[in-house]
Amino acid sequence: MSSSKDWPLWEVFVRSRRGLSHTHAGSLHAPDAEMALRHARDLYTRRNEGVSIWVVPSTAVTASSPDEKDPFFEPSADKPYRHPTFYDIPEGVKHL
Amino acid sequence: MTAGTAETAAASTHQARFDASVAADERIEPRDWMPDDYRASLIRQMAQHAHSEIIGMQPEANWITRAPSLRRKAILMAKVQDEAGHGLYLYSATETLGASRDELLDKLHSGRQKYSSIFNYPTLSWADVGAIGWLVDGAAITNQVPLCRCSYGPYARAMVRICKEESFHQRQGYELLLALSRGTPAQHEMAQDAVDRWWWPSLMMFGPPDDASAHSAQSMAWKIKRHSNDELRQRFVDICVPQAEALGLTLPDPDLRWNEERGHHDFGAIDWDEFRQVLKGNGPCNEQRIRQRRRAHEEGSWVREAAAAYAAKASGGPGAPHETAAPDGSGTVPDGARVEATA
Amino acid sequence: MTAALALGDDALVLSHRLGEWAGHAPVLEEEVALANIALDLLGQARTLLSLVGDEDELAYRREERAFRNLQLVEQPNGDFAHTIARQLYFSTYQLLLYGQLASGDSAFAALAAKAVKEVAYHQDHAEQWTLRLGDGTTESHERMQRACDALWRFTGEMFHPVEGLDVDREALRSAWLESVTGVLHRATLTVPDTPDTGAWSAGAGRQGLHTEAFGRMLAEMQHLHRSHPGASW
Repeated sequence: MSSSKDWPLWEVFVRSRRGLSHTHAGSLHAPDAEMALRHARDLYTRRNEGVSIWVVPSTAVTASSPDEKDPFFEPSADKPYRHPTFYDIPEGVKHL
Repeated sequence: MTAGTAETAAASTHQARFDASVAADERIEPRDWMPDDYRASLIRQMAQHAHSEIIGMQPEANWITRAPSLRRKAILMAKVQDEAGHGLYLYSATETLGASRDELLDKLHSGRQKYSSIFNYPTLSWADVGAIGWLVDGAAITNQVPLCRCSYGPYARAMVRICKEESFHQRQGYELLLALSRGTPAQHEMAQDAVDRWWWPSLMMFGPPDDASAHSAQSMAWKIKRHSNDELRQRFVDICVPQAEALGLTLPDPDLRWNEERGHHDFGAIDWDEFRQVLKGNGPCNEQRIRQRRRAHEEGSWVREAAAAYAAKASGGPGAPHETAAPDGSGTVPDGARVEATA
Repeated sequence: MTAALALGDDALVLSHRLGEWAGHAPVLEEEVALANIALDLLGQARTLLSLVGDEDELAYRREERAFRNLQLVEQPNGDFAHTIARQLYFSTYQLLLYGQLASGDSAFAALAAKAVKEVAYHQDHAEQWTLRLGDGTTESHERMQRACDALWRFTGEMFHPVEGLDVDREALRSAWLESVTGVLHRATLTVPDTPDTGAWSAGAGRQGLHTEAFGRMLAEMQHLHRSHPGASW
């Protein structure tokens, strides 16, 4: 991915406040993890957008392929019984 | 069926799926199949946009050391910093298409990729900082807001972030000009002079007229451009006229007047010859801007090399994920994260 | 008053110097980092100068001899190594000083409590870069060593007494030396063994005696403001 000179790419995840998951914010270049964290802090939280940051080398991310879209995700589309709205409950019954 | 026709069939299925996504206003994401021309057009447009942010730092940074009050100095520093940040967001989005930042910077430095011609004009007075904020950022925002709905996901998301952050840029420029316009006669004159010099180049920022625009039609079809150059230019003029009145400054166009019938302002002819000259490299600052950018890059190379060498010594490359806070027990797999790895 | 002016001028002048990097940083990520530090310092300067009087009056209408900043912070940026060495020396001082002030009950306690978090980050930034430049390539090592050596003679001034600044200067000095020495050693750099003050720099900035480059810096900074007496911006 990089020659000795070019800094590798890192993916940045920011937790915007306590109680929320880290969300992908973007990427940046840094020579190593420590600097990646600091660059991420400077770049992606300069308007007070975060309370915690993860940085991950982009090369370490394994992503599902869009070509696998159907086998990966479609089989879960026909199982409505996984959702609460699938079930009929008599009107007036509470706390269900 | 021969191998060749099988490939053709697969390609046309891809093409059909892509066309359907764009037509349905769905976003195209990095690992999706996309036509080569679409990818090339995006890289060209996004790189030019990123380069513009970076080169655009120069005319304003020219005044950081001379800002006339500490409040203005803080604002200007924050603004120029944002431009570096916006450049980074855009380079990062462009990298999802498989173009590395080094490659893009190389193309900028060697003149193979362009940046917005507006930054080839000089900032001659403090009021120019205001005029850039009001007119140049105003024109940029008019151009950019529609891009928040552009068909390429990473570009659209970067633009959402950028537009949100840029709203302060235009307002600070307007406020700066207002203080000058209502200030001493010398300050007022400074403001008017700046508006006189920046108005026409700002109108040129929307690009050539629709009938002469090389990439427009295809870009509109792909939804990486959502309105025509002339349409956006007209929108900008209509917005600026009352704003100029409120400022107490005159827009330097004797032909500018309200057209009741059209429901828009008519305005004078743009000097497209000047536009072409600046685009060709003959603007007042083309050479200077690229020279400074190259120098910064070259003078920084020993620093980048040092950090890379240190990292190689320390660990032999990027290691495990690092966090700012203590691990929260959810493991190292980011939950709910959307990842755009470069292909 | 003298203390607020001294600390305020330190922050103002260093912020200005860092602002000169805009558009010239070695990598885009560092543009953002340097601007963050400059903005923190400018914020500190404005708070401190406002304790003394009108911030703009003080920044833009004083003559060179009335500025009370350390000579260290007015030194030109030089290459990135010089900027980082200046940052390391000064941010370590600020971190320890504000740490002391934050725990005391002086007029600076509240300000110091806020600033200490900012300067902790500045110190970390300087430390990270010192390690990378010192222990990076042969070239970067040489540049970093040169920078540390060149600026060393401006460091003794930090421990001269300042009227109204009630701190344990000896403790400050030994803690500073320990911290900086530790970083330099880890960065494979040599701690300069030359004097940390010169005939000219010993407490001179605090007395209003500056180096030549400072006059030009002020001329640039003040010219527009001074050209329009009484104007608002």
